[in-house]
Amino acid sequence: MDLNYSPEEKAFQLEVRDFLKENYPKDIQQKVAKGIALKKDDYVRWQKILANKDGWVAPGWPAEYGGPGWTPVQKYIFDEECGAANCLRTVAFGLVMLAPVLMKFGTVEQREKYLGDILNSDVWWCQGYSEPNAGSDLASLQTKAERNGDHYIVNGSKTWTTHGHYADMMFTLVRTSQEDRKQKGISFLLIDMTSPGVTTTPIITVDGMHVVNQIFLEDVKVPVENLVGQEGEGWSIAKSLLMHERTYIAQVPRSKKQIVRLKELASKERYNGKPLIEDANFKAKISAVEIELMALEMTNMRVLSKLSSGDAPGAESSLLKVKGTEVQQAITALLMEAVGYFGMPYVKESMTEGWQEAPIGPEEASVLAPHYLDWRKSSIYGGSNEIQKNIMAKAVLGF
Amino acid sequence: MNLEFTEEMVMLQDSVNKFLQNEYDFETRQGLSKTGVGYSEENWQNFADMGLLGIPFEEQYGGFGFGQTGLIVVMEAIGKGLVVEPYLASVVLGGLLIQRAGNEEQKEALLPELIGGNLKLAFAYVERQSRYNLTDVEFTAEKKGQKYCLSGSKSVVFNAETADKIIVSARTSGDNFTESGISLFIVDKNAAGLSSRDYQTVDGLRASELTFDNVMVDMDALVGDVDGAFSDIEYVIDAASAAICAEGVGVVTQLREKTVEYLKTRKQFDQAIGNFQILQHRCVDMFMTEEQMRSLTYLAAIKVAEGDGAERTKSVSAAKVYLGDARSIVGEQAAQLHGGIGVTDELDVAHYVKRLTMMNALFGDRDYHLQRFSQA
Repeated sequence: MDLNYSPEEKAFQLEVRDFLKENYPKDIQQKVAKGIALKKDDYVRWQKILANKDGWVAPGWPAEYGGPGWTPVQKYIFDEECGAANCLRTVAFGLVMLAPVLMKFGTVEQREKYLGDILNSDVWWCQGYSEPNAGSDLASLQTKAERNGDHYIVNGSKTWTTHGHYADMMFTLVRTSQEDRKQKGISFLLIDMTSPGVTTTPIITVDGMHVVNQIFLEDVKVPVENLVGQEGEGWSIAKSLLMHERTYIAQVPRSKKQIVRLKELASKERYNGKPLIEDANFKAKISAVEIELMALEMTNMRVLSKLSSGDAPGAESSLLKVKGTEVQQAITALLMEAVGYFGMPYVKESMTEGWQEAPIGPEEASVLAPHYLDWRKSSIYGGSNEIQKNIMAKAVLGF
Repeated sequence: MNLEFTEEMVMLQDSVNKFLQNEYDFETRQGLSKTGVGYSEENWQNFADMGLLGIPFEEQYGGFGFGQTGLIVVMEAIGKGLVVEPYLASVVLGGLLIQRAGNEEQKEALLPELIGGNLKLAFAYVERQSRYNLTDVEFTAEKKGQKYCLSGSKSVVFNAETADKIIVSARTSGDNFTESGISLFIVDKNAAGLSSRDYQTVDGLRASELTFDNVMVDMDALVGDVDGAFSDIEYVIDAASAAICAEGVGVVTQLREKTVEYLKTRKQFDQAIGNFQILQHRCVDMFMTEEQMRSLTYLAAIKVAEGDGAERTKSVSAAKVYLGDARSIVGEQAAQLHGGIGVTDELDVAHYVKRLTMMNALFGDRDYHLQRFSQA
């Protein structure tokens, strides 16, 4: 057992740190640090910079597809440095979720057609999994795709589509047949968002922002060559993809950065004439979250170490998802509590670019309660934490 | 011993609930919250006509004399209806402060007007650095001849925007953090030198940052004794804390009912998700929290009505700690159990959650009250 990085890994860490210092746009960094809503252009700009640096935008991609071909530890180091530098989190849909699917299940033509555009952020993808009545029971999805000659006719609706209003393409799960096991008749289909019959409607979340959407699909014509894998194979494709998503959700480096932010805030806020961070009770609450995060980081490392020896992530990804989101939510609660009464003012404009007015109370305070409320979703999406516990009960404990 | 409401209280409860049921659906509330002054002046007049604005006040000033128990009934209904009208700011904080600390002349001049719906008050006591410490008063009032000169800023003053008069706490002597040396003044909202930055709060109410730039007031603006206002402030904040615990009970009741209803109808894995025992237990936790909160809220109301002392402090803080717990046991769970829809702006549940979340910080959060309880 050795927690230390090898000399090569340390050199790599420095290389990443230097690169981020020199190339990460200051304006985007400021936005991320202040919790201001990011725009499509921010993502694309940064992702292109990373792509041009030997494919760094796609840490998980093998070199043959244009990725850097990093080891799991290198990926972790990169992630950690990005978190520390307040880097924008790259959009996972194309890079982390769809690309591995295309590499594993896609045809040569599909790989050639899509992977390059994903790597260069020229095509924006969204995920069409959830449906209004499915929720965590993903297999109950109703969106239907009926084969008609050389294309499918798709009808149904998808929801919670993050950044769907930015997307050029959507990868979806659709029902291509009714089977006794409802998982069986599902297929994995790529849909052009500009196709006639696709409508995108905003869903405003509790923080007042527009990030997610409902997508309506009405007699949408999708060419048969947009089917990934075999018809009816969609469920197993989706399952392999969700493992990647859940590991990505843990976000240890981001939470570490948030703790730093919490401590800074608690040092500036005053209570009984002294910095809030000197209040024994508040300090203890921060420590409790830090301990959870330490455990999570070490567990994450253990999973990583196992992956390095060639294993695939299993039920561990459920553990990382549950604990990761619990830590994220606990930190957002403490950030809000740190500013006391100043969590109350709601200044929506302060969460968007270009707001120049003086803050009400501590700087950035007005984003803290909306963020707290918004982060409630992390224990719901990606398969709710209840579902993750069911998975662990079955897969690990054998119930 | 009788812990049931009197017939009068039950009638009051019925009439408020009926009004809210008929006139105050969620869409109406959202509309009010987002436009104009953030509530309906027409509703305010209706409240006056129904007698709601006179609930806690003594009969000699035109009130009903229902005191803190009456407030509980109204505030629980306010919680259920997510009411945005400035009842807490004007009646509970402003009105009780005048009733408690004002002289006869002030009470006669102000309370009947307030009860009739013609006068609204706000109470400015939070400062940028003060957090929940009521003795942390840097705002100053300096005697200049036959006048007082008020200088400083106050934060998160609920409904100051539409108040006719602001009651403000100020340091007239002593060092910061001393209980003595704090005084109260009542100031016209349009007084020269008083400026205001108004905004919406996360839970859809209205509040303001107030700046007093050498605002001159006459001697009769003083409410209560010079230097001796601390115990009045402490009492009113306790009374208001007990009142919002009742509001919290209303919010929690709604969240519990709506969540249970949802779990019985929402189907996943070919059955109502309420069939899953783990989810039933979460709802039972909500229910138990609701009943325990109700108990502590009644206890706090009784102790506030009985007056001063450590028992008041302890019971109010106990109720407030429970209100803080409700944020996670009821609010967070309600959102979680509703799934994605629970974090959308469209669903009323999200707005009950917001109110519950904000109420934790109001008048001192869970940590503050746990500490205060242990020291009382």
